[in-house]
Amino acid sequence: MKQNLIAILSGLLFGFGLSLSQMIDRDRVLEFLDVTGNWDSTLLFVLGGAVGVTVITFRFVLRSPQPIFGNKFYLPTRKDIDLPLILGAAIFGIGWGIAGYCPGPGITALVLGIGNPVLFMIAFIVGSFVYQSYAGLSLKNNSCNKQKVKQ
Amino acid sequence: MTEVNWIAALAGGILIGLSATILLAFDGRIAGISGIVNGAMKFKPKENWRWLFIVGMLVGGFLYEYVLPFEPTPLSSLAPGAMIVGGLLVGFGTRMGNGCTSGHGVCGLGRLSFRSLTAVITFMITAIITVFITHQVLV
Repeated sequence: MKQNLIAILSGLLFGFGLSLSQMIDRDRVLEFLDVTGNWDSTLLFVLGGAVGVTVITFRFVLRSPQPIFGNKFYLPTRKDIDLPLILGAAIFGIGWGIAGYCPGPGITALVLGIGNPVLFMIAFIVGSFVYQSYAGLSLKNNSCNKQKVKQ
Repeated sequence: MTEVNWIAALAGGILIGLSATILLAFDGRIAGISGIVNGAMKFKPKENWRWLFIVGMLVGGFLYEYVLPFEPTPLSSLAPGAMIVGGLLVGFGTRMGNGCTSGHGVCGLGRLSFRSLTAVITFMITAIITVFITHQVLV
């Protein structure tokens, strides 16, 4: 229950922060990414402000053995740089540059009542499922190949 | 770049950083939105915190746009092609690369993760190149 309240509260701060910083305005985001054109640098302050906070607070938070309302920290464990990381990030960046939304602003912009975020979020979910089934298939193929090698 | 704009951008960024801090400190969870949406789509009843976080994101946006006395966000004109192609690539790419601007950017950089730094540099570069092509070359 307490954990659920925290989820709503932190979601609310996140969505409000995205609106206040104008990240949910896709035209602003595209101007920010247009560094060689009429560059709007204000959105640098969004990532700068957010990372400025987490870089300080996470150090203290992660010193405790467990979160205040939970049993453990659910942190990514991987540290390797592999092709899916770089290729995936590259594809994400292309999509961000085309749509002007990344996933967070895509969700919060749904409150604007316009069609763009709705289409974006539906396509986002489809794209994610497409990768999941593609990754599942290639895993199956790999295991098939291994079996063939054993034979 | 007006003064109000960068103050609002900085304040918004700080709120996003505080949000990620609260979620990690109390619930032990990373505020990575692509991961939260993907997890939410599994509809596991024990893990409904993701849906609540998403509801919170909508409430936060609603308060800004319709309740509190801020200037509403300008509405972008409908661009269905860009939304569908862009959305598909964002969904596919974030699933493949395990994160987006929030998971790798806000949280990953906060954890000083080299993996996340690599991802952030990569997606910033490809996003800038993409906008360069669509805004400067193709016009």
